[in-house]
Amino acid sequence: MTDTHREAFKEEAHELLGELENALLELEKTPADEDLIGRVFRAMHTIKGSGAMFGFDDIAAFTHDVETVYDRVRGGKIAVTKPLIDLTLSACDAIRRMVGAPEGAALQDPQSASLTQSFRAVLHEQEQPAPGAAEAGAPAPPQRPPEKARRVTYRIRFQPVAELFVSGTNPILLLNELRGLGACTVVAHRERVPLIAELNPELCYTYWDIILTTERDVDAIRDVFIFVEDACELRIDVIDDEGWTDDDGGYKKLGEILVERGDLTLDEIKKALGSCKRIGDILVESGLVAPDKVESALVEQQHIREERQKRQAAEAAASVRVPAAKLDSLVNMVGELVTIQSRLSQLATRSGDLAIIQVAEEVERLIAELRDNTMSVRMLPIGTTFSKFQRLVRDLSTGLGKEIVLATEGGETELDKTVIEKLNDPLIHLIRNSIDHGIEKPEARRQAGKPAQGTIRLAAEHSGAHVFIRITDDGAGLDTEAIRAKAIERGMIAADATLSERELYALILAPGFSTAKEVTNVSGRGVGMDVVKRSIDALQGTIEITSQRGTGSTVSLKLPLTMAIIDGLLVRIAQAYFVMPLAAIEECVELTRADAAKAHGKNLTSIRGQIVPYIRLRERFSIDGQAPAIEQIVTTSIDGLTVGFVVDQVVGEHQTVIKTMGRVYRDVEAVSGATILGDGTVALILDLPKLLQGAEAEIRAQQQTGRG
Amino acid sequence: MGKIILTADDSASVRQMVTFTLKEAGYEVIEAVDGKDALAKAGGRTPHLLLTDLNMPNLDGIGLIRALRATPACRFIPMILLTTESQAEKKLEGKAAGATGWIVKPFKPDQLLAVIKKVLG
Repeated sequence: MTDTHREAFKEEAHELLGELENALLELEKTPADEDLIGRVFRAMHTIKGSGAMFGFDDIAAFTHDVETVYDRVRGGKIAVTKPLIDLTLSACDAIRRMVGAPEGAALQDPQSASLTQSFRAVLHEQEQPAPGAAEAGAPAPPQRPPEKARRVTYRIRFQPVAELFVSGTNPILLLNELRGLGACTVVAHRERVPLIAELNPELCYTYWDIILTTERDVDAIRDVFIFVEDACELRIDVIDDEGWTDDDGGYKKLGEILVERGDLTLDEIKKALGSCKRIGDILVESGLVAPDKVESALVEQQHIREERQKRQAAEAAASVRVPAAKLDSLVNMVGELVTIQSRLSQLATRSGDLAIIQVAEEVERLIAELRDNTMSVRMLPIGTTFSKFQRLVRDLSTGLGKEIVLATEGGETELDKTVIEKLNDPLIHLIRNSIDHGIEKPEARRQAGKPAQGTIRLAAEHSGAHVFIRITDDGAGLDTEAIRAKAIERGMIAADATLSERELYALILAPGFSTAKEVTNVSGRGVGMDVVKRSIDALQGTIEITSQRGTGSTVSLKLPLTMAIIDGLLVRIAQAYFVMPLAAIEECVELTRADAAKAHGKNLTSIRGQIVPYIRLRERFSIDGQAPAIEQIVTTSIDGLTVGFVVDQVVGEHQTVIKTMGRVYRDVEAVSGATILGDGTVALILDLPKLLQGAEAEIRAQQQTGRG
Repeated sequence: MGKIILTADDSASVRQMVTFTLKEAGYEVIEAVDGKDALAKAGGRTPHLLLTDLNMPNLDGIGLIRALRATPACRFIPMILLTTESQAEKKLEGKAAGATGWIVKPFKPDQLLAVIKKVLG
């Protein structure tokens, strides 16, 4: 309540008191004047009502007794006497004091207390019991202690009088209010609606059965009907309360429901049950019950059935906590199964026996399902990680004097538990970068015509067997010139090298690269991005950077859903099999000896006019023997570069169960793991980015020795 | 355009509070100082709801409701009576005259709005 309202009341109260005094003085002369008595009563009534509304509870309480006395005077039960007028005039003075006094002070006023006593005495003289001041109306229901959240189902029959509309009541609103209380099924009984010629549109012919499941108590339902309680027949019965009343668990039969509602007697039912049709049909046919009533009872049956089913579903959905180790061993076993299954498939195909092939296919389908299900058990929503970053953004941006909000979307996207855990640090690095390098200070942003508050958007989405995570900021974007200058300075590229934007952006992922002019405590030492890159590589993921100068940049991470099983491409060099992660692979093309000769000893080939460098894996792995006449180049996209890997033969796609290598092999670069093929042989899983780095380092070393 | 509420009360402070609350909630308000005034103003633009005090000079709330119910335009509109707790029998009288519901004084703005929402939808 605002002070202006209180002031308005004070002004009004003074006016009313003045008017009241005049009326009282006149009343003294003509004590039987009903108009004057009415005026006094109304003035008291208004002071009391408004006083209470604007927080002058003391005035309201005090005036209540005066008003009650004058109500009796109005009703002719108390006569106007000089002492009463005197008393009332003192009451006026008391009210005036209360209006002027600071809040609550008047309560201690002994004079007003004694006045109250006097007015009560006047009432007692009339031997009238004090009116029940505790009666409360609809808008101010007494505060009840909160009910236990028990879902109770009620059957409500609401049968309004025909003249309902003339009281301005819209029954639809009442039904809507009930719907607001909980799950609600409404059936309208229309059997009383007459033919249109006899229909009086001002009358209500319909009545309703409402089946309501709610956590509120029965009083809440009665409150809905409070304005119409004497204009309707209202019956509220509990028909289901989570098994607290009847524990047989069975649904009530249709006949039982109808009898319970009083639509049918037990005798009538028994008579009707003589035949063997469905009871609903029997009852309607024999004219015992109107079709609407049967329909309503059926609806009730259905509502209860749904409620109970929901309850059972809720109980069944209760989760089970399992140690992560058990899950890991389950995943391992599924991995073994996948391996065995591909062996079975191979053998079946070789045998050519249709019956065995059929079984093998069946097993393949089941195992694929089993694998997906097992993987999904390990999945967690990424949202929990996202929410941790809110605080990070808030603290860091405040520290740098920037206004930044973090918006997240796709928090429900699920990823393998281990992937999520390993993603935490790279994401922190990327968000820090956006805060530090990306988003400008508020003044700079305003000058650039952007809102002072910067936004970092963290979004995750599923796409096939991968999850994309994008960190987008609406900051300054990447400075391609600065990147190029820095890269030349560091000797990473030649001064005259022409690089695409993508290749330029990829440079910032290299170790020791930072274009920040000053080192802040947030980032800028050039350790961020290469760490990010290494982590994402370890997760078999890829990074892509896009940027628009002035409007912001986006870092996209493409991650496999799981690290236990990957889609791979199986290739062969001589007798050795290797698996390349399918995620990075673009296409496979042939390489003939003639093609290789055209490149004058350089490992370059032309694919649709584009020059693609390639690495001969046979040479890199020092595999003896002669390469076949036609080799295969598997082209891949690594950090925005297209690089080919030359192998003898591409065998095909392969569901690869990743087995980690023993500690003995932990220093072996270029191999990230191993897998067992269908026939039991081991295939190494290639780490393509590492292979490329190794090859680049070698070339650089050769060039330097060549120059020196 | 918000729904039109005709409010009749002889207390300026109550009128001010009611009007302020209703306008905040997006209703359009026609103010009347008593029943007679309200009846005259209802003849102009038909209100969607009547909110009237019980005790007013010239024409009281019950008289106003009875008179308005008799006009075809207001035959089915919801009508709310503002009463105090001591007037239980008046409540019944109001219902008989055609009141849709009542609000017990004193009331808070959100109680007022809750009742109006209940009968006006």
